[in-house]
Amino acid sequence: MTTTTPGPWAVPTRPPVWASRPSASARPPIDLLADMIRIRVLEERCAELYQQTKIRGFLHLAIGEEAVPVGVISALHDDEAVVATYREHGHALIKGVGAGPIMAEMYGRAEGCSGGRGGSMHLFDVGRRFYGGNAIVGGHLPVAVGLAIADQVLDHRRATVCFFGEGAMAEGEFHEAMNLAALWKVPVLFVCENNLYAMGTSLRSSESETNLTVKAAAYNVPSWSVDGMDVVEVEAAATRALTAIRAGGGPVFLEARTYRFRAHSMFDPDLYRPKAEIEAWRERDPIAVLADRLAAADDLDPTLLDELWARAAAEVDEAVAFAEAGTLEPVEDLTRHVYRREVAP
Amino acid sequence: MSDLIGAPPSTAADGSGERSHDPSRGRTGDGGGAAERITYREALRRAHRAALTDDPRVIVMGEDVADYGGTYAVTKGLYEEFGRERVRNTPLSESGFVGAGIGAALGGLRPIVEVMTVNFSLLAMDQIVNTAATLLHMSGGQLNVPIVIRMATGAGRQLAAQHSHSLEGWYAHVPGLRVVAPATVADARWMLPAALEDPDPVILFEHATLYGSSGDLAPDDGPVDLDRAAVRRRGEHVTLIAWAGTLGKAIAAAEELAGDGIEAEVIDLRTLRPLDDATLTASVATTGRAVVVDEGWRSVGLGAEVAARITEACFYHLDAPVARICAAEVPIPYPAHLEQAALPQVPDIVAAARATIGR
Ligand SMILES: Cc1ncc(C[n+]2csc(CCOP(=O)(O)OP(=O)(O)O)c2C)c(N)n1
Repeated sequence: MTTTTPGPWAVPTRPPVWASRPSASARPPIDLLADMIRIRVLEERCAELYQQTKIRGFLHLAIGEEAVPVGVISALHDDEAVVATYREHGHALIKGVGAGPIMAEMYGRAEGCSGGRGGSMHLFDVGRRFYGGNAIVGGHLPVAVGLAIADQVLDHRRATVCFFGEGAMAEGEFHEAMNLAALWKVPVLFVCENNLYAMGTSLRSSESETNLTVKAAAYNVPSWSVDGMDVVEVEAAATRALTAIRAGGGPVFLEARTYRFRAHSMFDPDLYRPKAEIEAWRERDPIAVLADRLAAADDLDPTLLDELWARAAAEVDEAVAFAEAGTLEPVEDLTRHVYRREVAP
Repeated sequence: MSDLIGAPPSTAADGSGERSHDPSRGRTGDGGGAAERITYREALRRAHRAALTDDPRVIVMGEDVADYGGTYAVTKGLYEEFGRERVRNTPLSESGFVGAGIGAALGGLRPIVEVMTVNFSLLAMDQIVNTAATLLHMSGGQLNVPIVIRMATGAGRQLAAQHSHSLEGWYAHVPGLRVVAPATVADARWMLPAALEDPDPVILFEHATLYGSSGDLAPDDGPVDLDRAAVRRRGEHVTLIAWAGTLGKAIAAAEELAGDGIEAEVIDLRTLRPLDDATLTASVATTGRAVVVDEGWRSVGLGAEVAARITEACFYHLDAPVARICAAEVPIPYPAHLEQAALPQVPDIVAAARATIGR
C-alpha cells in the first residue's frame, strides 16, 4: 500500500495482490453496482429511522464496506451458507433476505426475519442459509467451521463463508477456528473485513502483526488480501477462493481492505480517527469507484445510474412500509423459542 | 455405594414413569436377555457405540477421544470401529470445537462433544451460553441446536482446585440449555440416546467418581424421559434430594437412617434444568422435610434453587426449614482429608435429616 494521506492509515490505491484474473464467470458489474446501491440506500434509511427512534438498540452500519458482502456473496451458490457479524444488513440483503423482513426485524416486529427477537444484530434466515447476525466478536467463527464440517461429513460439496472484522483476529476463537479448519481441511472461506478499527481501537494498537495475511498463513491456510473497495476485485478473489475450497482444498483466508465511513454504532462519537483519513477513504467509495470506472468505459448510462438509486429507494420505501405495518408479538408469547421441545409441566 | 447407585430405578415407584421406546432401536452392543452388571463407563461407551451405529449423523468430537480413548476411557475403541471422521480428536480448543459442534448441529449432524471436565468447559462457556443457548431465540425459532455436550464434574480424586469443581449449576442457570446428570448405570446408558433425540442443546454431566462404579442394566431398560427426577428410594419421614455424585451418599444416609426407624425418600434430580418441580413437590408435600445434597458451593448454588422451589411450593407442608448440605466454600484442596472435609458426607446428611425431624 502507498500512503496518500497524513492519517495513520495508508489508503490502498491499487488492489494489492492480484496478479492474474480468474477465468470464472463473474456477475455483470452493473449488477454488483446495483447491489451495493441497494445496501447503501437501505443503511442510510436505517440511520434516519434510528434518529426517528423507529430502530433502537445497537445499529452498526457498513456504509463504505458494501463491496465486501456484494463481491463475496455474488460468488456464492445459493445453497452455500453465510455466517456474519452484527454489521450484517447488507450481507443478509444480498443473500436474499428481503429488505422488508430485514427492516421489520429492526423494528422488532413479528414479521421480521428473526421474528423480531433479534433486531439489527441478529438477522437470520435459515431458508436462505443466512446464519446471522452474531454479536460476540469471534464467537461465530467456530460455528461456521462446524457448519462446513457438517457439509464435509454429509458429502455436500459446498463452501461456507464466515465474515468478521479484523478485531476478531485478536480473539482466541479466531485462532481455534483457523487451526481446526486447516487441520481438517474444512470447506470454509474466512473473510476478514479489515476496516482498520475495532470500535475505537486501531489495528496498529491491537495486533502485534498488522499484516493479517501473515497471521492467517501461520495456520497453513492460503491467505490473500484484496482491495475491499473494489467490488469486482472482491468478487474475483472470492470466486477463486471458493473454487479452491469446493474442490476440497480446505479453508482460505481473504482479507478485504475496507473502511467504514460512519461511526462504529449510533452511540459512537467517532473521536478516534482523523477526519482527513475518513475523507481520503471516501474518495474510494466503492460505489463511486465502480460507477466511475463503468462510465469511463462508456458502460454506464447516467440515466441508468439514476434509475439504480431510484429502484433501491423504492425497494426501501416498500420495506419501511412493510415494517410499519408489522405487528408486535403478544407479550403472552414472551417465553417462546427457548426450547424447541417445550417441557410439559 | 456402587451397588446402590447401580440399582435400576424402580419404574413402578419412581415419578419418571413413561419409557416409550422401540425395543430394537438403540440397543447395538447390549446383551439381550438377563440383567447385566456393567460399569458406568461401559454403559456410556455402549450408548456411544449404539448412537454411532444407528445414526450416521452422529459424530463424536473432543480432546483425546480417539487414540487415547477418552480421558475417562469412555470412547475407547470407537475410532477404530467408526473411523476418524466420526470420532474426531480435536486440538486443545474448547471454544473452537464446542463451537464447531454447534455449527455441525446446525448443519444437520448430531454431534456428541466431549469436554474433559466442567472446569475446562469454562473456556467454551461463550459457545455454550452465548451461542447454543441463544440461537433458537435470536432466530425467532428458526435455528435449534441439537448438540450433546458431555463433561465430567465433581471432586473426590485428589485432583485439587482446577479439576474438581461442580459447576453444573452454572449451566443450569441458563434458559435454552437442558442439563442432565446420570447417576446410575441405567441412566449412563440411556440418557445419551434421549439427549441425541432432543432438538435442543443438552449438557450431560458425569461425576468423575462414577465411571468405575458398576450396576445392573436391565434388558428392558430403554431411552429415558429427560425431564423427570426419579424417586430412588421410598420413605415417608424426610426427602433427600441429590444428583450425580451425591446420590450414592444420600442413599447410604437413607440406609443408615432406616436403622433408626427414619425412612428417607431419596430423589435423584437427574435433570438439573428444567427442574422437575412436580416430583420434588409431591415428595416433600408428603414428608414435610427436605435435605438437599449439593456437591457445589452453597452460595448461589443449584441446591439453593432447589431449596427455594420447595419452600415456595410446599411452605404449608413443611415441618422444618429446608436443609442444605453443600461443599465448603473453598477451592477443592488436594490432600485427601481436606478434600473429603470439603465435600458433603454421609454423616452430614444423616445429621441434617435428623435435625429436620428433631431426633
Ligand atoms: C467478545 C466481545 N467483546 C467485545 C465486544 C464489543 N464489541 C462489539 S463490536 C466490537 C469491535 C469489533 O471490531 P471488528 O471485529 O474489527 O469489527 P467491526 O465492528 O469493525 O466491523 C467490539 C469490541 C463484543 N461484542 N464481543
